[in-house]
Amino acid sequence: MAFIKNMLDKMKPTFSEGGKLSAFGSLFDAAETFFYVPSETAKVRGAQIHDAIDSKRSIFFVVIALIPAILFGMWNIGYQHSLAIGCTDDCCGMFGQFLYGLAVMLPKIMVSYAVGLGIEVAIAQWKKEEVHEGFFVTGMLIPMIVPVNCPLWIIAIATAFAVVFAKEVFGGTGMNIFNPALVTRAFLFFAYPAMMSGDKVWVNEKYMDCINGTVDGFSCATPLGQLAAGEPVTYSAMDTIIGTIPGSIGETSFIAIMIGAVILIWAGIASWKIILSTFVGGALMAFLLRYDGAQNFEWWEQLTVGGFAFGAVFMATDPVTGCRVEAGKWIYGFLIGVMAIVIRVLNPGFPEGMMLAILLMNVFAPLIDYCFVQANIKKRAKRAIVK
Amino acid sequence: MANVIKLCKGLDINLKGKAAAEVIAAKPSKVFGLVPDAFYGVKPKIVVKEGETVKAGDALFVDKLHPEVKFASPVSGKVTLVERGERRKVLSIQVEADAEQQYAAFSKGVPADGKKVLEALLESGLFGYMMQRPYAVTACPEDTPKAIFVSAFADMPLAADFEFVVKGQEADFQTGIDALSKIAKVCLGVKPGSALEGTKNAQVTVFKGKCPAGNVGVQINHINPVNKGEVVWTLGAEEVIFVGRLFNTGKVDLTRTIAVAGSEVKAPKYVKALVGAKINDIVGDNIVTDKAVRVIDGNPLTGMKSSLDGFIGAHTTEITVIPEGDKTYELLGWISPRLNEFSVSRSYLSWLMPKKEYTLDTRVKGGHRHMIFSGEYDSVFPMDIYPEQLVKAIIAGDIDRMEQLGIYEVAPEDFAVAEFVDSSKVELQRIVREGLDMLRKENA
Repeated sequence: MAFIKNMLDKMKPTFSEGGKLSAFGSLFDAAETFFYVPSETAKVRGAQIHDAIDSKRSIFFVVIALIPAILFGMWNIGYQHSLAIGCTDDCCGMFGQFLYGLAVMLPKIMVSYAVGLGIEVAIAQWKKEEVHEGFFVTGMLIPMIVPVNCPLWIIAIATAFAVVFAKEVFGGTGMNIFNPALVTRAFLFFAYPAMMSGDKVWVNEKYMDCINGTVDGFSCATPLGQLAAGEPVTYSAMDTIIGTIPGSIGETSFIAIMIGAVILIWAGIASWKIILSTFVGGALMAFLLRYDGAQNFEWWEQLTVGGFAFGAVFMATDPVTGCRVEAGKWIYGFLIGVMAIVIRVLNPGFPEGMMLAILLMNVFAPLIDYCFVQANIKKRAKRAIVK
Repeated sequence: MANVIKLCKGLDINLKGKAAAEVIAAKPSKVFGLVPDAFYGVKPKIVVKEGETVKAGDALFVDKLHPEVKFASPVSGKVTLVERGERRKVLSIQVEADAEQQYAAFSKGVPADGKKVLEALLESGLFGYMMQRPYAVTACPEDTPKAIFVSAFADMPLAADFEFVVKGQEADFQTGIDALSKIAKVCLGVKPGSALEGTKNAQVTVFKGKCPAGNVGVQINHINPVNKGEVVWTLGAEEVIFVGRLFNTGKVDLTRTIAVAGSEVKAPKYVKALVGAKINDIVGDNIVTDKAVRVIDGNPLTGMKSSLDGFIGAHTTEITVIPEGDKTYELLGWISPRLNEFSVSRSYLSWLMPKKEYTLDTRVKGGHRHMIFSGEYDSVFPMDIYPEQLVKAIIAGDIDRMEQLGIYEVAPEDFAVAEFVDSSKVELQRIVREGLDMLRKENA
């Protein structure tokens, strides 16, 4: 693989300060560190050895953890489409359904990455910094948390808004207050409500070769939509756990999300405390607040439908916007779970509450940290007086 | 029975090239150099002239602000050079050693009065080895410390094992503790099963746990934390032996048993050498020569990059040699398994091989980022302090907040393991040092 190194070395002067293409220096840097671990050595003073972990690896592990949910989501796009055109599994097969979903999903991923990374690279160049890799997760999350019918231009606008106003204005990866992917979704939710909820957005309408037939304005409600409307839920608990239900692309399969959770917790990247306490808070609230007259719907199914599991595993655990004090993580997660169910059940305007619950707790995370740090400060101050 | 304190947080890094339990004598150095920078916080004022002759124990320089704090020559001989760098900063004071060593004579026996002990230490130049908290600088003799803390074990990777070093010198160590106990209460931290658990005239505490449990700062935090306005002194375990020798023999004998360790050392072992000896004379041809190496004055976590031409620092108890690694290009490191790398992250496989000894080079192995992942510092910081919040307060230059969050209790070395595990590659030790300096200036 020496030729990559040689090629990079040859190109380096062109992209360095004073070179012809120095305006793309950040992009070159990003490519160079993508291929090779930086060979910068430790300074004269300070730790002379370092752990092999870096933010790049940690962040790519989150993307790896997302893969089961992405793959399932792609298949489910095709599956929901075949249901809508009145064709069961055998009309095109699972693989055909997956291909259909892939064809629908890929443009969304590409648009999200192109817009987000484009802005990130431009800002990194302007600030003369390395490109931070945080957007690799955000860029993958965005297409997974929108309905399948969401047009590409809307994804582009929302992504641009989130990257600039939720992240870069605060100073980039590590400095933002709100989870950028959730800000994207919130932007869409309030700016284009018709594209984000209701019962017309969950099935892709377009005709494609692999599955014959088109559907125009096909109505199909999510379990949460049915609950909010006071209708009986037409999906079984097994459907919601496996994920063969309509919903945002990545959120439907509880099993696929849990595979991701296992990867994240095993690698030590996501806080198991936040994931566990979110589920505990959600379960407690779901048990206390049941829907009036909801039929065929057990309280615990609240945790398997909608974006609850996806949010708990991939959004609440964002270390930058969440609680940073270990003990505070219990409270942070618990309140996300509680608030998500409260918004779902008690607020008729919002069938789903996970997005708002996490954004709300993003605001309160510094306050929770503050309380714990302040307790430590008080203890120290008291010790000095007692002495 | 000594009190036992168990610490859960920390990280032991298993590096290749631990020093074997075998002592050899260093090649006798011709020239010795005392490096004022090794006594952090001291403004050196040179009291000898080039060409002058000194005895072992005579002062080479004093602290400008506290002229009674002297820094003694490790050998007798002729002062050959006062090496100066930019803006006439003193880099080292070099003494050419006599063939026959002459020692300045001091009175034997531990005085009964603490003041007399302090005077003897000041006069012999041994007080200069005393450090203090707050600020982690060389101690000031005018302060009244509430206690003197000594950690009798170092658990940094490749650090010298004091249990081995002290063998045969137990009497000097005990005398040293006896002398210090006249000045203030002495608190001694030892590891489980230590032969020093029975040390008299000291409050002995056993510390069970991973690195950095051997850091004196961690031990202070658990025994008797430093509050605002209080001062504690700390002394290295081997320096207690210096004090013991002074009162037992009436001589300043700065002989250390230094561990020469690291993956690039052919035969890692202990070497008897004087403070200020040339690193080349200690390490010699015991280094693997076929690749670029980094010679570290100290251990790989808290030490300083040096070279074979450098002089060993006054507080240094080990010399480590590891690969430089600057010409290593690892392809797609963010995804490949990298079996030879050590990591606390289970995205690597080092958690499967807890017994494996690693050869780590000096690469930072990642880009510098803002702090992204939470809880990394906390998991290896066994003190009742929020490390991340403290570091952020220092970066922000918020002096009140630094005080509130406990900066008086820490030294840069306490953040060494956190700096190692940090995935954002923040230079924590540098930042903490800057914070301490900022506060010292503010409170001066």
